[in-house]
Amino acid sequence: MTARLAAILCAAVLGLSVATMARAAELKIGMSQFPSSFNPHFDAAVSKSYALQMTQRPITAYDQNWELICLLCIEIPTLENGLAKLETLADGGQGIAVTYRLQPEATWGDGTPVTSADMVFTWEAGRHPKSGFGNFEVFRRILAVDVIDEKTFTLHVDRVDFTYSSAPFEVLPAHMERPVFEADPAAYRNRSTYETDTTNPGLAFGPYRIVEVVAGSRIVLEPNPTWWGKAPGFERITLLIIENTAALEANLLSGAIDMIAGELGVTIDQALAFEKRHGDRFNIIYKPGLIYEHVDLNSANPILTDKRVRHALIYGLDREALNRTLFGGKQPVAQTSVSPLDWVYDPDVPSYDFDPERAKALLEEAGWMPGADGMRQNANGERLTLELMTTAGNRSRELVSQVLQSQWRELGIDARIRNEPARVFFGETVAKRKFTGGAMFAWVSSPENVPRTTLYSDQIPTVENNWAGQNYSGFANAEMDAVIDAIEIELDREKRKALWSRLQRLYAEELPIIPLYWRANSFILPKWLKGVRPTGHLNSTTLWVEDWYAEGR
Amino acid sequence: MSRYIAQRLIESIIVLFVMSFVIYALIGLMPGDPVDLMISANPRATAEDAARLRALYGLDRPIGERYLAWLGAALQGDLGYSRLNSRPVLEVLWPRLGNTVALMGVSFILAILLALPCGIVAALRPRTATDTSINLVAFAGISVPPFWLAILLIILFAVVLGWLPAGGMPPSGAGLGAQAAYLALPVATLTIVTVGGIVRFVRAAMIEALRQDYVRTAWAKGLGERQVVLGHVLRNAMIPVVTILALNFGALFSGALITETMFGYLGMGKTIYDAILGNDFNLALVGLLLATATTLLANLAADLCYTWLDPRITYK
Repeated sequence: MTARLAAILCAAVLGLSVATMARAAELKIGMSQFPSSFNPHFDAAVSKSYALQMTQRPITAYDQNWELICLLCIEIPTLENGLAKLETLADGGQGIAVTYRLQPEATWGDGTPVTSADMVFTWEAGRHPKSGFGNFEVFRRILAVDVIDEKTFTLHVDRVDFTYSSAPFEVLPAHMERPVFEADPAAYRNRSTYETDTTNPGLAFGPYRIVEVVAGSRIVLEPNPTWWGKAPGFERITLLIIENTAALEANLLSGAIDMIAGELGVTIDQALAFEKRHGDRFNIIYKPGLIYEHVDLNSANPILTDKRVRHALIYGLDREALNRTLFGGKQPVAQTSVSPLDWVYDPDVPSYDFDPERAKALLEEAGWMPGADGMRQNANGERLTLELMTTAGNRSRELVSQVLQSQWRELGIDARIRNEPARVFFGETVAKRKFTGGAMFAWVSSPENVPRTTLYSDQIPTVENNWAGQNYSGFANAEMDAVIDAIEIELDREKRKALWSRLQRLYAEELPIIPLYWRANSFILPKWLKGVRPTGHLNSTTLWVEDWYAEGR
Repeated sequence: MSRYIAQRLIESIIVLFVMSFVIYALIGLMPGDPVDLMISANPRATAEDAARLRALYGLDRPIGERYLAWLGAALQGDLGYSRLNSRPVLEVLWPRLGNTVALMGVSFILAILLALPCGIVAALRPRTATDTSINLVAFAGISVPPFWLAILLIILFAVVLGWLPAGGMPPSGAGLGAQAAYLALPVATLTIVTVGGIVRFVRAAMIEALRQDYVRTAWAKGLGERQVVLGHVLRNAMIPVVTILALNFGALFSGALITETMFGYLGMGKTIYDAILGNDFNLALVGLLLATATTLLANLAADLCYTWLDPRITYK
């Protein structure tokens, strides 16, 4: 009886293994999060864009070289090529008319062409006050959409800024979504076909379409027959959601998944440890990007209003050693909030190399002298104490905060760590500027992202403005405000680059925020998988999934 | 008896109403709100966008007003949509409830089936090598952290031996064998960490019952060991054990957070945890109320069991 039971169990297990091995043309990707919505306009999340960028494409996008390119359009509109034209608005202000021509072959998976009508519907839905789209302001700024023909339309925008060439939103399939939206705009968010019938072929015009969704567990995609571009390299792509990163690794080693998505996978320290153990079996790519780890210094703290103290804090940090020791040199040191990969980055902006002697001199110049216990104090006997806060449970940040504390203590600064759960830290402490010293966290941005919300003086959260804005350090500088205003409306690239240089210099000189490093995504790929090119910005690798193929599997 | 049951059911409904407000208020008082989470990954979202979304979802209204609106809709059968899943709450919860009942139910039954004989044997041979061995294994089960055990089992059975899937849910249309394969490691983890505690309770209750006069009388009457142990000792020893089992039964519907997370298993524990962290009011509230209701009903069932185990107990 026992032997028979064992035989049945073995047969079941072997059967399962054989069934798994038979899917030679399948690519199984492990990632740590399931999207909360499949509609491109609700709940921005990396997990959603990772999946959806295989099924549909934005009109324009930044590519792997950070150049703006057409994906659904055929030519980038510019003032030079005449597809963008300045125009005078009814109120006398200046606006811009931008014309896009859609790919002639672009067709939704059910055979309906992607047309200007889709754009008109998306614009109407996005600006409806009850629809709940995430970027209402983007839609509000578009005053009208003119349909020129089935594949050509013009957006009339209420202001002119340098981002005018970049299409402001993704299209929705009007033939499927308009009836749902018009039935009840307030309920559209939950009743969108993207949520109620996610596998409907009419929702996809990209190289793949979603054929199966098991909420919280997996998303299965197969080639979309109406895709007009390069033929995709896999018969099936399965996204498996495994939230625990240790389990993610175990799944990779057991063959349950082929790769771990860099955008939503293991942390850098886990990837480095994995590389040491199994680096010979996988290609591991570390791609630093636009996630900027930094310490916001609260300007409401009198100690931190003194620029010399802020400079001393950064001179006292050996950020290169920190990157080398904790992150294997894979997360480059940041000098300002502008990434070195961005074309507006200025390499000549002053940097702060590790110089503890200079840091000590600056502190002494600011009146902070060493006390009997080695910690500094001022003439009034007040101790140089600073609180450093970050998200509890985030291993990398906790390690970094310990390094920062230790290096600042070497200078005689009594740095005290007080970490909080992310929910409390971001929802209360940072949002309401309740941190008294430094708050360590990250900003996610996009190429040439103007730091209006984080550095402009009217973006400081206060009781009066109901805690709106993200200028948590409380930085208020008239010149910075003027530079930000000027950058936004400067259309000439060379002049704009000069303004960006000024912004970076101001940032480095005033130092309202201590730049730490650029976080890197860790892509763990099988050696047979080719064509995956991380971007370093918010566009996922899957936006070019048709370039992926298996070689020598 | 029926009057007692009716009274307990009415009390349970009152408790559920109170709990619904307490849970709603606690989630609502947590720092941050759903809009913070919605815009956190969207570099283009403005302060105006955030304010507009708060007004649209009623998050700018006082919490009491929001609770009454939710309660009014819930009493009419509308439990709302899950923010994290963009689907009706019950549509999200039912399949996960089924998964949790399968996972927890199998491990619960396995744990009882293992714990009862082990506890009885240990109690009948106290301070012997058998007792010591059973205690040792029981303490190991109690002490082992489930996340560590889960990883160990994954490494052994999925990575090294390759016998079982490392985690996740079975593919659609998978047969019973495949479903069992996906369930094997989570069930093993939960059973191992649960069984030790029940063994210790059964052993302690049995030792206590073995000391009673009626047991001595039963031995004196010349009854066999089987009759004494199963007919007299075990039945009386089961009263405290049933209380513990009833409390564990409540967990059948609230899930096992760590095990579900480690194995990527879609159960109630992870669902409720994510809903609370993700400010998914509707989902968290209904999930927690379901767990509360199950615990209340399990305790009522345990109270009724006492009358069967001990005829001296009556309810009026």
